[in-house]
Amino acid sequence: MANSDNNRRKFFATTLQSVGLTALGGLLWSGYSDEVKASPLVLRPPGALKEDDFLKACIKCGLCAEACVNRDSNKNKDGSKRPGTLQMAKGGDHRMIGTPFFVPLEVPCYMCDDIPCVPVCPSGALDMPTLLNEKEELDINKARMGLAVVHKESCIAFWGIQCDACYRACPLLDEAITLEYHKNERTGKHAFLLPIVHSDVCTGCGLCEKACVTEEPAIFVLPIEQSTGKAGSHYVKGWDKKDQERVRDAKEIKTKNERSEKEAADYLNMEVEY
Amino acid sequence: MKKMKYLLLRRVTQITLLVLYFGANAYGWHILEGTFGASKLFGFIPLADPYTTLQVLATGFVLGADVLLGALIITLFYFIVGGRAFCSWVCPINMVTDLANWLRRKLNLDKEEVNYRFLKRRARYWIMVLGLIVSAVVGVAAFEVLSPITIMQRGIVFGFGAGIAIVIAIFLFDLFGVKNGWCGHLCPLGASYSLIGKASLIRVNHDHEACTNCMECKIVCPENQVLHMINKESIMVTDGECTNCGRCIDVCGDNALGFSIRSFTKK
Repeated sequence: MANSDNNRRKFFATTLQSVGLTALGGLLWSGYSDEVKASPLVLRPPGALKEDDFLKACIKCGLCAEACVNRDSNKNKDGSKRPGTLQMAKGGDHRMIGTPFFVPLEVPCYMCDDIPCVPVCPSGALDMPTLLNEKEELDINKARMGLAVVHKESCIAFWGIQCDACYRACPLLDEAITLEYHKNERTGKHAFLLPIVHSDVCTGCGLCEKACVTEEPAIFVLPIEQSTGKAGSHYVKGWDKKDQERVRDAKEIKTKNERSEKEAADYLNMEVEY
Repeated sequence: MKKMKYLLLRRVTQITLLVLYFGANAYGWHILEGTFGASKLFGFIPLADPYTTLQVLATGFVLGADVLLGALIITLFYFIVGGRAFCSWVCPINMVTDLANWLRRKLNLDKEEVNYRFLKRRARYWIMVLGLIVSAVVGVAAFEVLSPITIMQRGIVFGFGAGIAIVIAIFLFDLFGVKNGWCGHLCPLGASYSLIGKASLIRVNHDHEACTNCMECKIVCPENQVLHMINKESIMVTDGECTNCGRCIDVCGDNALGFSIRSFTKK
């Protein structure tokens, strides 16, 4: 009797221990995995799903990087071999290990017409349908790897110095980056040629960043989510017929709170603490 | 030389596979491309690791047909040749842990057999299930985040970076820590292949009549609990945890061990 009691106690103790250690392991493991996947500033290959889904889907096989690296067209203008664009994240890269990414300042995406990196993806992390045009052909111009952003304080074109390096480097010349002319009031006789990026066209290839002449590039590619804002659905372009449609059936909503009890004029004359 | 036959064959297989994977990236060969997670054989046959595939599915992502078909092909393949043949004939970490194990014997580190209370061989099955749960919770294939297997393979194909640290860690753990610690206790990938190979066709057979009870096989076996029949019965090693490495066959001086096809008919 005493023996079977002992056995039962031992069984419960071991079970409890196993469950407890599993929970401990699970917490450590989850915490670690969650931390290492939090590297939002990473540029993915064309057609990549949104970062969260991409990290779920990528099976870390490297087929995209291998397709990218082994291109006959990976040559510099002088004929010397150029490394491929896509790298596989290693330990120490501070990006989710084993996932493909590129760094425009090292090697930008040269936007191959046949997009070799995407059809080879076995898991669907690189989503081919998003790169198909109306004729169902692969179209690299539909890629949205990121969005170029200009830092106007360090861009010498904004100083008034003539530079159109990014504009000339852009594969979608005069579409993704256009030059806006402004009079230079300081000299009175020169023009500013300001590079303006158009987010509906820019693919995020990074050739502009690579071409930028300043010490640290004044134009650089950021992932779409980091380089775009969002106005929200409550702002309506009243001058845009299509946008105005959204509020055609809208009814007036009266908001009642402490402030709305007073008149608008009272409100304007009142000191408000934000 | 006879004592090394399967060992050499395994090393040749492991290294050949790594060379093929390396060549796919470095020279654009189309023989075996990708990594163990998912590969392409001869440029069109998809291959995928079953456990990796399960982890991705656990995150809630609906995988492409290529990976699913690839995982099926690999599962069937190892179902036939013995699940953990992956561990001893393919996995590059096997070379690291085998080296650690060999050094343990040379340095006499095995003399004091320590009983690791908290680390049982069944821990790997818990870890395997846990890996799927963590994948679902965090939304990323959890074992792939720290798998020394693919980190080492990608290291060889694409460059190591700081990833070499985990390979060294495994080596030190197996050498100075727990005997067969990684492959025999922790690795969830090995655990998944143990399950796949539970009923596999190619198995090691033991001939009780020929055995002289020298126990050489038990000394070299990385999973020696599977050799419970030595000098007891003439049966096959049917435990899924056997890696079909053939080391026991190599060291057996009595021809009491050999590969054979599993018979499903009861004697």
